[in-house]
Amino acid sequence: MACQSCNCSTEGDTKQGKDGAGLEAIRVVLAGQPNVGKSMLVNAMSGSGRMKVGNFSGVTVEKTEICFEHHCHQFEMVDLPGTYSINGFSKEEKVAHDYLMHESYDVIINVLDATHMQRNLLLTLELLKLNKKMVLALNMADEAAKEGIEIDVNQIEAVIGVPVILVSASTGEGVDALLDRVHEVADSRRRQHSRILYSDPVEEEIDRVAHFFDERGYSYRDLSSRELAMRTLMGDPVIYAALHDHPIMIELQPLIAASLEHIYTHHESKNMDEIKANEYTAVARGIRLETVHCKREKRRGKSLTKRIDDILINKYFGIPIFLFFMWALFQLTFTLGALPMDWIDAGFTAFGDAVGSMISHEGLRSLIVDGIIAGVGAVVLFLPNIIILYIGIALLETTGYMSRVAFLLDGFFHKFGLHGKSFIPLVTGFGCTVPAYMATRTLKSEKDRLITLFILGFMSCGARLPIYVLFAGAFFGPDQAGNVIFAIYIAGALLGLVMAKVLRVVVFKGEDEPFVMEMPKYRLPSFKLIWHTVYQQASGYLKKAGTFILVASMLIWFASTYPKVDAPSELGVNQAKLYELEHSYLGQIGHATEPFFAPLGFDWRMAVALEAGLAAKEVVVSTLGVLYAIGDEVDAESSSLITQLKANVSFASAIAFIVFVMIYLPCLAASMVFAREAGGYKYLLYLFLFTTATAWIFAFAAYHLLN
Amino acid sequence: MKLSELKKGDSAKIIAIDATEDLKRRLRSFGVIKGSELSVETYSLAKKTIEIMVDDTLIGLRAIEAEKVEVEKITEGKN
Repeated sequence: MACQSCNCSTEGDTKQGKDGAGLEAIRVVLAGQPNVGKSMLVNAMSGSGRMKVGNFSGVTVEKTEICFEHHCHQFEMVDLPGTYSINGFSKEEKVAHDYLMHESYDVIINVLDATHMQRNLLLTLELLKLNKKMVLALNMADEAAKEGIEIDVNQIEAVIGVPVILVSASTGEGVDALLDRVHEVADSRRRQHSRILYSDPVEEEIDRVAHFFDERGYSYRDLSSRELAMRTLMGDPVIYAALHDHPIMIELQPLIAASLEHIYTHHESKNMDEIKANEYTAVARGIRLETVHCKREKRRGKSLTKRIDDILINKYFGIPIFLFFMWALFQLTFTLGALPMDWIDAGFTAFGDAVGSMISHEGLRSLIVDGIIAGVGAVVLFLPNIIILYIGIALLETTGYMSRVAFLLDGFFHKFGLHGKSFIPLVTGFGCTVPAYMATRTLKSEKDRLITLFILGFMSCGARLPIYVLFAGAFFGPDQAGNVIFAIYIAGALLGLVMAKVLRVVVFKGEDEPFVMEMPKYRLPSFKLIWHTVYQQASGYLKKAGTFILVASMLIWFASTYPKVDAPSELGVNQAKLYELEHSYLGQIGHATEPFFAPLGFDWRMAVALEAGLAAKEVVVSTLGVLYAIGDEVDAESSSLITQLKANVSFASAIAFIVFVMIYLPCLAASMVFAREAGGYKYLLYLFLFTTATAWIFAFAAYHLLN
Repeated sequence: MKLSELKKGDSAKIIAIDATEDLKRRLRSFGVIKGSELSVETYSLAKKTIEIMVDDTLIGLRAIEAEKVEVEKITEGKN
């Protein structure tokens, strides 16, 4: 991790600290189950520390690294994804497991929810097996106190053998103490042995095997003979590799076979994973019974969470309530977001004009104003949408409502090979595809996320609307246009669902990911955390997507401006524009690709409009304006463009055009975000091929059915 | 009987889980194993998904997954 030493406020000279070791940063890994308040704890610990959000190498699992100082000590912290276990096969679990096994670090902070100790301890028991230095942070201490839960911290320490601290990320209680303990542990030689006891038969066999090792004087690394025996019995491959070449293996083998037989009989199972799970669950239950006491008697009535659930996931009201929330979020995102978008748009236009008036060289002015400034403007334009939507999503996530949404809608979406949570990105897609792609992050399973990403473009975004308005107005008349547009939207959505099913059956084959998910307790949102998420998302979008969008917009500007040709002087202004565009690289591409579009009934002008639409769908209408020689100052209601279209385009071609627009690749900004979210540009290529092929086939069918 | 056959409010004990290793592992990580006690909190429309409570944790699962969990009813729900 690149963490430069920051200045310590109490020490003037950081180069020569009082003790040399103090300069060495303490490397900490945070591990914990989901919904234990890990990210909040990170915030509470690091204060104003530097944070770097990236991905673990090779996978799209978010990795947060933080550098900060505490009592003049440098901390480097890596936040692992929240996982219920580290032995599973999900991407997050593998990432966490590999990091814990192979990376170098000093201390693990295992974060637990003090109000759900038992389940959280299952992960702790797995982490203990790593034999690393560890500190347990029992988060939500304030909540536990409120619920009347008393936790005997000393007793847990005694059983598990690692320091245990009660903390509360939301009040800041215990955070200092936690960091002090981490520091202490990092400096300590090794950790104490744990005194965890398993079931009698297992203990018996551990003793027997440990005794065997003791007698033969066999040891492995710094493991105690008890630990060694346990690992041998549980089939640890590392231990077996070490034992394999050792003579005692001959004596050991029958002993282990007999011991396992005893354990199998006791558990009525020969599956070691299952046996381990049984043992761990029993241990976790034991620790809870021994150390957690509820002072207050269990309330007679239902807990708050259950009472809220009675309303929010009610069989009949649940979905309408959710639809209302979605409607509100959608309205906020695109109605409230439209205001700053107008300002940004107007600001950049004014800025472009002002800068343009200062540059005399025409080519340079065009590059800066039409290329760079317009390109940056297009990137910044989506920012209000992204921010508002993300506030909404962060609210849904941090309160615990998102899991309920999945619960409510999974029945419907699962039929199409999607997940209940896919609903949110899909609905967002009707507004703008850029934030919609980003919203797929709430989907934890890779397959679910990719399928959702691939079909999102079929939800027609707001920018496609002007094209529909133009064509529906031109070819259906004002009384029909509304219905036609509605039908287009519905057709897109249905096509998306059907394609999801197709992708699930053809491309993303195999077993469905199990749904099994925790319905976390309802919690009040933390504004700090929401601000944090939103800030990360927004700056990530600006940095990563922004640069690419900028470069690509400049390319498109270049293609539509060069090579410069002098239009014959007898042409009018509009004709000259058409002439220049036709002879630009973009126009040449349009001509060159005409054969591809000919079977759909498109001429070169429609081809150019579609190709320009790859940059932004807003461009399609203005490009058509230029191409049909009436200037680019047109909008969807322009009657002259409608007349021109009617005169030049057949009904069948028009429908095919609408179909094509409905299905093909979304705008450049969205495409870049897609590549980022899907995990590489190769996916963008797949998306391009997939949407273009689908668009072509459907447009072809539409054209020939109507012709 | 199957977990999916329980009614809202019923509580039961798990006797066996007959599922793929992947699903079993998921359930295990929540402490849903043979011998665990659970109660059925609610169903979604058309009984597509079911919410259960195990060890003070609410868990949602699909009905097709709940079918693979064999349970023994302990107490009947009020409704």
